[in-house]
This record gives sequence, C-alpha cells and structure tokens, in this order.
Amino acid sequence: MERLVQIAYAGRTIWAVLAALACGSILFLIAGADPIKAYIALFGEAFFDFFGFGATLVKFSPILLAGLAVALPLKAGLFNVGAEGQIYVGALFCTIAALFLPFLHPIIHLPLCILAGALGGALWALIAGWLKAYRGINEVIVTLLLNYVGINLVSYAAGGPLMEEGAPYPYSAEVPEGLHLPYILPPTDAHAGALAGVVLALVLALLMRYTSFGFAILTVGNNAQAARYAGINVEHQILYAMGLGGALAGLAGAFEILGLKYRLFHMFSAGYGFDGIVVAFIASANLALVPIAALFLAGLRAGAQLMQRAVGVDSTIVDAIQGLVVMFVAASLAVRFADSRWGKAMAQRRANEALVASKELKHG
Amino acid sequence: MSYLVIDGISKSFGAFQALSEVDLHVGRGEIHAILGENGAGKTTLMNILYGLYQPDKGRMLLNGEPLHLSSPADAIKRGIGMIHQHFMLVNSLNVTENIVLGLGQGLKSIDFTRHEARIRAMGSEFGLEVDPSAPVWTLPMGLRQRVEILKVLYRNAEILILDEPTSVLAPGEIDAFLEGLTKLQKAGHTILFITHKLEEVMKVANRVTVMRQGRVSDELDASGTSPRELARKMVGRDVAMRISRRSRRIGDRRLQLEEVVALDDRGVAAVDKLTLDVCAGEIHGLCGVDGNGQRELGEVIAGLRPLVSGAISIEGARVDGLSVKERKHLGLGFVPEDRQGTALVLDYSIATNMVLRDFNRPPASRRGILDLRRIAHDATRLMQRYDVRARSPQQLVRFLSGGNQQKVVLAREIDGQPNILVIMQACKGLDVGAIEFVQNTLVDLKMAGIAILYISTELEHVLEVADRVSVIFRGHIAGTLPIAEADNARLGELMTGAGADAAA
Repeated sequence: MERLVQIAYAGRTIWAVLAALACGSILFLIAGADPIKAYIALFGEAFFDFFGFGATLVKFSPILLAGLAVALPLKAGLFNVGAEGQIYVGALFCTIAALFLPFLHPIIHLPLCILAGALGGALWALIAGWLKAYRGINEVIVTLLLNYVGINLVSYAAGGPLMEEGAPYPYSAEVPEGLHLPYILPPTDAHAGALAGVVLALVLALLMRYTSFGFAILTVGNNAQAARYAGINVEHQILYAMGLGGALAGLAGAFEILGLKYRLFHMFSAGYGFDGIVVAFIASANLALVPIAALFLAGLRAGAQLMQRAVGVDSTIVDAIQGLVVMFVAASLAVRFADSRWGKAMAQRRANEALVASKELKHG
Repeated sequence: MSYLVIDGISKSFGAFQALSEVDLHVGRGEIHAILGENGAGKTTLMNILYGLYQPDKGRMLLNGEPLHLSSPADAIKRGIGMIHQHFMLVNSLNVTENIVLGLGQGLKSIDFTRHEARIRAMGSEFGLEVDPSAPVWTLPMGLRQRVEILKVLYRNAEILILDEPTSVLAPGEIDAFLEGLTKLQKAGHTILFITHKLEEVMKVANRVTVMRQGRVSDELDASGTSPRELARKMVGRDVAMRISRRSRRIGDRRLQLEEVVALDDRGVAAVDKLTLDVCAGEIHGLCGVDGNGQRELGEVIAGLRPLVSGAISIEGARVDGLSVKERKHLGLGFVPEDRQGTALVLDYSIATNMVLRDFNRPPASRRGILDLRRIAHDATRLMQRYDVRARSPQQLVRFLSGGNQQKVVLAREIDGQPNILVIMQACKGLDVGAIEFVQNTLVDLKMAGIAILYISTELEHVLEVADRVSVIFRGHIAGTLPIAEADNARLGELMTGAGADAAA
C-alpha cells in the first residue's frame, strides 16, 4: 500500500500534466469543441502521424537544446533566462561563419559553422556569467535583458550588413547547400539537430554524474561556501556553467539556420528560448529527462496547428494549456511527500504497525 | 519585593532540556545582566519572557501579578520590549517609518511629522540621538541599535530585554551604548541584558544572574563580585571524562602567523595583527569569547578569506598567495566552525562528503572521471574507523546527528594525512561520548607528530587536551600560557580583556 502511494508520488509530474490537460478540456468545451476529439487530433497528429511527427521533431531540436541551456546552469544554481538571446547570437555567428569563411570543404566548414554558433551563444551567456562571478550582479536580470539586445542585433544584421540584395524582408543570403544538415526523416523537414540534442543531453547527464568537472559544478550549486572550502574555484564554475549553457542555446540557433531556415531571418525564433525554461522546469532540471519534456512541449506546439484545422479551434488554446501545465507542475513540485497529507498518513500507519508488532512480540 | 519574578521555569525542545527550574528576580529600575556561555539557555529564557516561547513549567510575576504571555504582542502590552541580536529593521525605510511600522492604527493616515518630532524628543531625552529621516541602510550598527531601542521605547516599554547587544558593535560604539543603558535606567526603565562579556557586566550591571547548562548557577550583586569569580561561575567545574592526556617532545615550528590582519564580512578588522605559531607534536589551544575573530582567523589560515597584511607560513614557506587547494596539498587540514554550512554539503551522501576536498585527485578520480565504487569503498572503511553511525555510505549527511556529521568531517580531514590541523569548535553540540572520541583522536594525532591549532570557545574542552593555551581578544592574542599555568581564572581575565592591564 505504502509503496504504491510512493510510486504514484514519484510520478507526480505526470499526474500534474494529466490534470492540466483535464482542465484544458474545459477550455475546449468553452470554445465549442469536443475535448476528446481535440486531444486526439492534437497528440495523434503530433506523435502518430508521419508528417506530424516530422513537424514535432523540427520544433524538438531548438526546444530541447534551449531546455538544456537552462537546466545546466541551474545545476550550478544559476538561472539562465537568456536562452532566446543566446539562440539569436549563436545563429548570427553561425551565419557569418557560413557566408564569409573562405571556401573550405564542407566536412571542415560545417563543424566550424556549428562551433561558431556555440561560441556566439557562449559569449553572450558569459557576459552574464562574468558579471555574476566577479561583480555579483544578478544573472536573471542580465540574461533577461540581453535577450532583447541579441534579438535586435540579429534584426539589425539581417536588415543591414547581412541583408540579401533586393530581398523584400530582412533576411540574409542563403548558406551554401553543402552546409545544410542532413534530414533524418525525409521527406519531412526533421534534421540532424534533433539527434544531436538527444546525444548531448545524455552526454551532459553522464558528465554531471561521473566526472570531477560535473561534481565541481554540482557542488557550487548545492553549497557555494562548502565548494570554496573544498578547493573549488567558484567563479570559474559559474563561468563554465553559464558558458556551456549559452553554447547549447547557440547550437540551437546554429541548427535552426543550418537545418531548417538556411538564412538568417529577422525574428526567426518562435520563443524557443523561453520554452526552454518551461522544459527545464517540467524536467525539474534533470538533464536526462529534458528530452522527454522537450518532446512533449514540441508535440503540443506542432500539434496545435494541425488540431486547429481538424476541429476548428484556435491554436492559441494550446498556449493556454501550456500555461496550465506549468502551473500544475509547479504546484506538484511544491509538495514534498513527507509533508503531504498522504506522507503523514503513511507515517502514522507505520507507527501504528510498529506499535502493534511490538505488542505482539511481548505477548508472543 | 521584586518587580519581575521568574519562578521555576522549565523548557525543553524535544529531548533537549534547554531550561530547568530557572528562578530570576529583577528589581524595578535595575540593570540586570544574564551571564553565561553559548548554549547556557540565556536566549531561551528571554524569549519566554518576550512571549516567543511558552514555558513547560513554572510561572512569571510582574508587579506581583501573574504574567501570561502567548505572543510578543502580549509582552508589549505589558510593557516588555526585546531588542534582538540580529536587528529587525527594514533597511530601505527611514528611521521614523521603521519605528512607526506595525503600530497598528488601522486605516487612519499616519502623521509622520508628529511622529518624527516625538522620536527626536525621545532621542534627546534618553541620549539616543539619531536623525529620524535617515534611511536605515545608511546608519552604522551602533545607530541602528538605537533605532531598535527607540522602537521599543516608543511602544512604552518599561522593561527592556537586550540579547547580546554589544556583539554587533564596534569597540568604539560599545562605551557609548553602555552609557546609554545607565541613562535609560535613570529614566526609570528596567533593563535585562544578555552577555558573555564580563567587563560589561562589571561596568553597568547592578545584579548578575549566571547561567550554566540551562540552570541558574548563581545570582549576585555586581558590586560584590570580581571578573575572576564570575568567570569561574560561568565556566563551572569540568565534566569528568576519560581523556588520556599525554605529551611528547615538541618539534619544529610548522605553522606561523605574523601580524596577520583579516576583515570580517562587514569590513572591520576582525583579526588584528595576530601573531601565533604551532609546532609539530603539540596542541595549541586558542580560546576566547565568541566573536573575537576566531572564525576569520580559521578562514584566513585555510585560504577562505583574504589576508590584508602580515604573513602566514607553513614550514617556513610563505603560503598567503596560495589557494585553498594548494594549502590543502601542503598538508593543511581544516575543520571549520560552521559544520553544516561550510564543512559539509548536506544533500550529498556520506561517501561524497568524505572526498569533498580531494574529489579531483586519485584515488577519488582519475583523469577527471570519478571512481564511485572506490569512493563508496573508502567511505565504508572510514565509517568503521571513525565510528560513523549510519545505514550506508550513500545516506545523506543531512540525516546524520551532529556528532556523526562531525565524525565525517574529522575522518575526511585526518584521512587526508595533514601535517597541520586547524580545528574549530571540535566538540560543539556533541554528546559526551563523541567528545571523548574527538578529544582522544586529537591527542593521538599530536602523538603522531601533527601540529594542531585547536580553536574553541569551549574552554573546558581546550584545557583537556592542549599543551599551550592562547587567548584571542578583539582579534589579537591577549596572552599565551603553558597548560600548567592555565587556570580558569587567569584565562577568564584574558578572555574579557581584564588581564590586559595586568600583563602590561
């Protein structure tokens, strides 16, 4: 009995998501649609339809990497809300590397473009990291505000120095075909960025668990004073965690350019950096769980369009549902088993059983 | 008849008996000092008098009438006000706003000009002048304390309780504060103040209650006593324990500090031109009243706090430019005062905490990869050797008792085979068995030729094992005595600065 309750408790995030979806069905009813049909359309299209799943994977790549970009600094106790800006700067660096490096064989040129993207994101995040480590400035504010700087920097570049001549809209020239990422589910648009993200998530999860590098970051996040006492250079760890987070977001930007858009567009990201915060949150900053949370959110996003066509409800309802998911998950994380009514009831049960058992012993 | 009577008050927290059968008699208009070591129950008693805790047993009388306090609001109604050790002020508000805050006038608008005038008048009446329009964050600690006192007086308190009021003040501010107390007394207020500084008691108090281990050990007139007598009553008799004191030939000088200066978190020189050495095969005890620079001294030796000036050398070589890790590798072990906040990561397992200071070196890790099996295996060995009682090495340190947590720290620092061990508050919060274990371990280490600097506020524990005892007072060494000459009285004088004149 107790075990069952504990198992149910361990999966509380899942229960929270289901409860949020149940509440969401009220929204569908208000909008005049059958919620069951709507959910079947939403998730059926997103996960069980070939083209729909392709569309999910297209969104999965940036959402996953942005989720990692938030979850990794969180391990060091840093809240990176600037993944969006880092995506933009990463995309900018990547585009410059793709368009302006002298001719190289794609086998050399493509990795350079990807690295340039990671570098751009890392540098952008390191501004906040450096200010945090050496000046004690709140990283939440710096990363948040640098988002707008990053977004507008790209708008300027795409509408100015990088703009293709005669283009009707701010965008750059197309990157050479040799630099396009391979497709993984042709003929859909799903590209190798999704796979790279999953591999990175697993590698990072192992890195945090099994290496002294990860241990140092975790220790800083757990207790910075003890970390200093342990001989860890706390400032360096802050730089590593922020830089690495930014690099992941920068990769998301690079993969958007090289795998999907092939040009640097003004305002190209649909808020993936902010989705990353939601993903890190749902996964409770567990790096290995980030891909699962990202897949769920990408599915919601991709399925929304298809659902709109299938049941005739505005896709913005899905945004509201996403909001409900965040609220329910937050509420579920706030409850600790031992403090919950169930936990107390179970403790009481244990105490009673122990009492009965001890009496039996005495009688026996 | 006494104005305020505390009669047979007892209070326990779980299994811990904080107060047992405490009696206290305070006359109207007297300054009554409550003297005692850390953990003697002074603050608990005052919190009961302020309505923060309810006693398990006993009663209180004010002016002959029974006093039942279920909250601080009750206490304030009966004219009792408390000034906490850590100020309860809103730093961004100004003085008047802080004082008026919570007066509870409902929806009526507040006439700040009138309040300001009253506060100004009250300030000059009691010698507590402070600019009522100054934002609190701009004020030095001494003035913030005045605001706290004014806050209480503004609520018409007759009885003022001050919890270690001088511990946050700079030396220059203390005299002004003590003068203020006498002025308040002349204005007819009754003052209870908690302290462990003997000189303050001698300066201003009329009566003194000495507390020890949750009991009142004596209540006496301040004029009829001496610091020496008070120190003896405060520290009391030693607890009889089986510590095998042994001594050996003292070896070379291992750790040397010359004219060391270090700042505390507020930027005040907490360690002030301190000179000290520790030799191989000796335990050098360093005692003193809490807050005289011990924490900062430990941290500056370990490399956790910057050295402002002076020199720190290990075996003759300067180390003050080296990092924490480099000093550790030179054989400097350090057991910090703050066990849970610094020495351990509470949400890590025992095994992980055992390698906290060596995680990036073999055997814990090789080429950056942690050897988790080896870490768990070594932890099991250390747990047996140091008698850490836990279910498994994977148990989180958070769920261990204080004694077992301390053993984890000791096991780690000793297993690192230090040449020098700086250990702070080694026995704090431990039960008798654990204390015996820790003390005997220290003696064994000394016999093995390790240089030990034993920093503690628990005098009796220092005296049990030390070969030499130094006293730290206001950041410098007030005196050093060989163990044979170190008795409670002499140390007590040094600890409170009373001996400074005699020595000079």
